[in-house]
Parts: sequence; C-alpha cells; structure tokens
Amino acid sequence: MTDEPSRPRSRILPLVTPENEHFWRGGADGELRFLRCRACRTFVHPPAPVCPECLSFDLAPEAVSGRAELLTFTENHQPWIPGFDPPYLVAIVEIEEQKGLRLTTNLVNCATEDVRIGMPVRVVFEDVGDGVHLPLFEPAED
Amino acid sequence: MEILERRAVITGIGQSEVGRRLHRDPLALTAEACLAAIDDAGLRREDINGLSTYPGGMVPGAPGFTGAGCTEVQDMLRLEVDWYNGGPEQPGQLGSVINACAAVATGLATHVLCFRTVWEATAQGGGRRAGIGTSGGKGFRASGFMQWTLPFGAASAANWIAMFAQRHFHEYGTTREQLAQIALNARKNAALNPKAIYREPLTMEDYLGARIISTPFGLYDCDVPADGCTAVIVSRAEVARDLRRPPIRVEATGSALRGRPSWDQWDDLTTMALRDAAAMLWSRTDLKPADVDVAELYDGFSFIALAWLEALGFCGKGEGGPFVEGGARIARDGEIPLNTQGGQLSAGRLHGYGFLHEACVQLWGEGGGRQVAGDPQVAVAAAGGGPLGGCLLLTRR
Ligand SMILES: [Zn+2]
Repeated sequence: MTDEPSRPRSRILPLVTPENEHFWRGGADGELRFLRCRACRTFVHPPAPVCPECLSFDLAPEAVSGRAELLTFTENHQPWIPGFDPPYLVAIVEIEEQKGLRLTTNLVNCATEDVRIGMPVRVVFEDVGDGVHLPLFEPAED
Repeated sequence: MEILERRAVITGIGQSEVGRRLHRDPLALTAEACLAAIDDAGLRREDINGLSTYPGGMVPGAPGFTGAGCTEVQDMLRLEVDWYNGGPEQPGQLGSVINACAAVATGLATHVLCFRTVWEATAQGGGRRAGIGTSGGKGFRASGFMQWTLPFGAASAANWIAMFAQRHFHEYGTTREQLAQIALNARKNAALNPKAIYREPLTMEDYLGARIISTPFGLYDCDVPADGCTAVIVSRAEVARDLRRPPIRVEATGSALRGRPSWDQWDDLTTMALRDAAAMLWSRTDLKPADVDVAELYDGFSFIALAWLEALGFCGKGEGGPFVEGGARIARDGEIPLNTQGGQLSAGRLHGYGFLHEACVQLWGEGGGRQVAGDPQVAVAAAGGGPLGGCLLLTRR
C-alpha cells in the first residue's frame, strides 16, 4: 500500500576516524552528536580542529535533540551504488539547535508525495555495522 | 586599481573531433585541439611558454574525467614552458583560463596553451553513467567530503544539484516547464552546430516524458558525456597585435569563493559558489549585464545555467524561471542568446571549455548557421556548479 521508497540492502560506509567518530558512532547511544566550541558554543560540522567563529581549539562533541527542518530533498531514481536500489529520498536537513548546522541524509518512513520542504523531521539511526549508525530522518509532529 | 586581467587576450581556439565513444586516445584528441589552437593564433609551438588545464593529470574521478594533464602535453609536444598550472582546486573549469590570464598579466608567461580533454563517453562504455567515488569495491570506505554523501546514496552531482533546484522551485515557484527551456533552447542551437552530439528536435513533451534521474531532474536536464578536447590560447595583450586574429580582450574575471565550499553546507541553497564569482566579475568592469550580447553558461545540469543567469544579473534573483519561460529571451534572436553551440546538454560535455570556445566563435563572427546576428561585441563565458565557479567577460572592443 505504501509508496514509501525502499531501504538499501547495502550502503557505502564512512571511514571512521578519531575526528568523526562522535558523529558516526553516537547513534549507538541514540545520540546525534556534533563538535561544539566550548568558548563560544558554536556547533561545527563537518568536524574541524578550530572553531570558525572564535578560532578556539577547544571543541568537544555534544548531543543535539535530533529535531531538524527539511531544507530540500530529491527522489533519486538512478542506480548509482550496487545494492542501493532506487528510488530513495536524499535530503538536506538543518538541525534545530543552530542555523546552518546541516547534513545530507535520507528521509525515511515517508511517502514521496507527503514530503514538504520546511517540514519538521527527527533523527532515526540505522545500524549499518562496523559500529556505524547512520543518522536518517523521518517526519516529526509539529 | 588596474584590472590586471585586461593585459590578457585570447588569440586562438581549437577543438578536436567531438562525439560519443570515439574510442580514440585522449592524448590524440588533445594534440588535435592544441595544435589547432596554436595554428589558429598564428603561433608556432616554440612560442608557447605556458600551460594550463583543469583538472590536470593524476586526479581520481569518474572514468574518463581526466583526459590529459600538463606534463603529458608538455612532453607530447616537447614544449618549453616557464609556467604551468593544473588541478581540480580552481574556480571551476575555466579557473585554469583565469589563472592563465594572471600568468600573462604578471609576465610569468607570454602565450599560455589552455586545454581540457574529456573522454567520459568512451570510458563509461555502454554502461550507465557512474556515481562519483562508487567504484571502490567491497570494504571501501568513504572519506573526505564523500563521507557525508555516499552513505546516503547521494553519489552524483545529479543528486546534489537536484536539491538546489528543488529548493529554488520551493522558494520561487520555479517549474519543470520553465527549467525545460534551458534544455529545449540548447537543442535548438545544437541543430545548427555540426559538431553537436544531439541535433534532432526535442519537444516539451519529450522533456517531460523522459525518465526521471533525480527529482526534479529528468534525463534531458543532465548533460551528455562526450569525448573531445578544447584548447584556447591566452596571450599577453602587448605581443598579440601582430597575430593572425584580432585579439579578444579579457575585460574582467570572476573567481571569488565566499560561502562554504560544499554541496550541502552552502548558505543559500537556491544559488551556488557561482554567485560570488559572478558578483566579482561585475565589480571589475563598468560594463553591465545589458551590454552582454551572448551568454555561454555552464549547463552540466539545466539548473546550473538558470543559476548563472540569475547570478550574472540577466534577471533578478529567483526570477530565472519566469525569465526563461517560453524560451524567447534566451533564444539566438532573444534578449540574451544562451548557449549558442547547444550547451553541454546537447552539444556534449566538454566540461566548461566548450562555453569559452563558443564565446570566441561568436565574437569572431564564425558561428555559421548559429551565429548571433548584429556582430556581437561582448560575451560572458562561465563554468562550474556547486562549490566551483569561474567566469570571464570578453569583448571585441
Ligand atoms: Zn568558538
């Protein structure tokens, strides 16, 4: 009955490093984590060694609520990756805690015709092995 | 402040055979275009003392993305160069030409041979167009910027640019029918270009009925992989007077990068890095968008050309959809003739250099059946999308 795009049988995983580990593995604890500057409280993503606002080197991972706004999306129909069969929804979301704190993700548990730019979404994690939990997003109530 | 790039001129152009799956050595295509350009300028190869290209050799990418690098060409033609430049970290594909302008303006070189070779059509063979970075095999892990996109299946600029287009649709009410005009206009022009890859008529019905690649993009919003090389000679103005052709002056260049250079962190998802490159270009000249007679704007995806039209001020921000609606304004006899060779959408993905080549063809009045009437004097050539963008304003005056 559902028009919801499929979930992939396999994905290309990120190379986990000390610099990005908080992001890719935080989902194991149910947390979406970003680096945050301890001096000026700016979230910094993708991870960087220095705060782009105040140039402090004192950054540490911190969890956010996981609530976000859908900025834009596309329904991909072209097979690019073996085992990752189209159609599927790719999206850019902006995390509630800070304007400009964004990531590319998949929109899941949502039929394509129900997607609205600006809609509230929330994180759900997909355990893809190797300790990596991908942050995906699904519709949230207002 | 002296606008230093005005010490640079374009003195010759050359292009190899262009086509789908030519199955020719990319270096042979490169030699063909480079020697044609040198000859076109009335130079001998001994006169060339600079080389510039994008993205250069030794760069991983989709198959056939890199056709030839500086050192290969230097060796193949036994050139003796004082200055050379090649790499992907430039203001778009035409950044390599902008850099050449800087080199001749500062005296580091006199005549720079700029070139770009692609052989993606042959390299991809009969298969589908490949995703970027997807060929790593089992156990491959995405790193660098690809780690933020590949795990989510966003493996192609088709996905990334589609999301910019979708946001533009959302904010400004742009429609697929409007965007279609970029593709339909390109096809009309391609019909008059003997070297264009797709020349048969394309209708709105064809466009809307084509298979979807990544919404809102269908097949005809995506450029066509090609084999071919395009070359351009950038010379120092003071030595160009006695050459074969009346030189084309470089009036201004745009190479700025101000926002976050990434596909998903860019501040305004209805525009791209080209926004700031375009703004810089106009900050370096008294000419205005209304002075431009022909616009050759990158259309790797249809939406990129729309974004360039807005960024360069041919219409207001967000007004690209209504501006191109119906296609009359961007037609060969319209307000601002666009992509008169057929763009990459129909003439083939010569990766930026095709637009500069066509701008020169039009300014020299050699467009044949596709020549814009009224002896065009000012052209803009622009290339790049996403985090890449660079542009040149060229004049005959
Ligand atoms: Zn800070």
